[in-house]
Amino acid sequence: MADFIMPSLGSDMEAGTLVKWRRAVGDRVARGDILAEVETDKGIIEVETFVSGVIDRFVVEPGAKVPVGTVLAIIHDEAGALISPVPRERAAPAALPRASPLTRRRARELGVELAEVAPSSPDGIVSVADVERAAEGKKAPTAETKPSPERRMRRAIAATLSRAKREIPHFYLRHTIDLHTATSWLERHNVSRAPEERVIAGALLVRAVARAARAVSELNAHMREVDGEWEAKPLDHVHVGVAISLRGGGLVAPAIHDADRLGCDDLMRALVDVTTRARAGTLRSSEMSDATITLTSLGERGVDEVVPVVFPPQVAMVGAGSVRTRPWVVDGSVVARPLVELTLAVDHRVTDGHRASRFLLEMEKLLVTAPEEP
Amino acid sequence: MNREQIRTQVLEQLAAVAPDADVQHLAVDADVREALDLDSLDFLRFVGALHKATGVSIPEAEYRTVCTVSGCVDYLAGHASA
Repeated sequence: MADFIMPSLGSDMEAGTLVKWRRAVGDRVARGDILAEVETDKGIIEVETFVSGVIDRFVVEPGAKVPVGTVLAIIHDEAGALISPVPRERAAPAALPRASPLTRRRARELGVELAEVAPSSPDGIVSVADVERAAEGKKAPTAETKPSPERRMRRAIAATLSRAKREIPHFYLRHTIDLHTATSWLERHNVSRAPEERVIAGALLVRAVARAARAVSELNAHMREVDGEWEAKPLDHVHVGVAISLRGGGLVAPAIHDADRLGCDDLMRALVDVTTRARAGTLRSSEMSDATITLTSLGERGVDEVVPVVFPPQVAMVGAGSVRTRPWVVDGSVVARPLVELTLAVDHRVTDGHRASRFLLEMEKLLVTAPEEP
Repeated sequence: MNREQIRTQVLEQLAAVAPDADVQHLAVDADVREALDLDSLDFLRFVGALHKATGVSIPEAEYRTVCTVSGCVDYLAGHASA
């Protein structure tokens, strides 16, 4: 028998609201299956089970807000299920309307059933405006008193990062890297490919962060408090969190699992997938809690440099400014090159500048060499 | 596909990438990446959606040409099969 509990989806998360069960009592579930949707201040997250078995009973009903660690359901292993057979009759879960976390939260606040809202967007995505239009005739009683989804997400970000700035003794290292080889490789790689199969520079940055984290393993760790003392626990897997800005405002940083083992094409697919789902509001609990190091990248149209704040319990974060063509010295001559400013923020309780600088040098080594695998 | 049909396609695909934006009132010569706050992944999704909708695969070298509605319509009109 195993307990399916309210997970912690961030270091500052204390409670979550069970929005709905996605499976029924009696269902056979496998590790990784999505069992429930939970609302947090960062949106509605799909929660997976980490055990296989049969759902014996639900302990918490949808709508209840419960602390992290609360048992939500009981799952029996196969043997238990045979001893205590449970009803199998159930309807298939309804298809979820496509909507961002902010839209879903707004719908809940206004008492609007998302499935009943007609999307104005041609791709069927329900927007906040669609929900508010649908709610106009309903006069939701709590809409006036609850903070907006944007406000709640901003508060959650502020709470997490205030704690990070208060508790983590940050230091920062900056390094300029010539992306000539990387961008030339991308041009060759993409030239004969359909747009859906192309790779962007962001995927190469994720690749470099992942492999540098594997090489400099002390930065691929989670900080834990053990007997009143802080302790950095090195992690076996490299799951790179990617900071994604949501179109309605706010930010999430879901993890790309085992990013150090993925080639460029697979990383690109993972990046597209996680970004699309972050904006559609269908991230999974493991993606929200598993990141071992995070990258924030300003892409093509941002400013030169971003100095990140380490996202606890991680111990390091990489900020990549926009790629810009600038003068650069190559073999004694000044040439125009696409350059990126990388800034590494590190928890000083874990290591120091000399060791941490290896991380950026490792990233440079990876980025000035054409990837061997597609 | 005539120019009006192409324009409709372009706006539909922009709306899909930026569902919160009012694409109908987008200036035809505005850089959509700036106007709609599209990052490189959004823009790639837009180009990919146009590829699926029109059959035209816009090369990376033409991204600067197709970053406005008018430029995009011109490009697609010149490359789409009748």
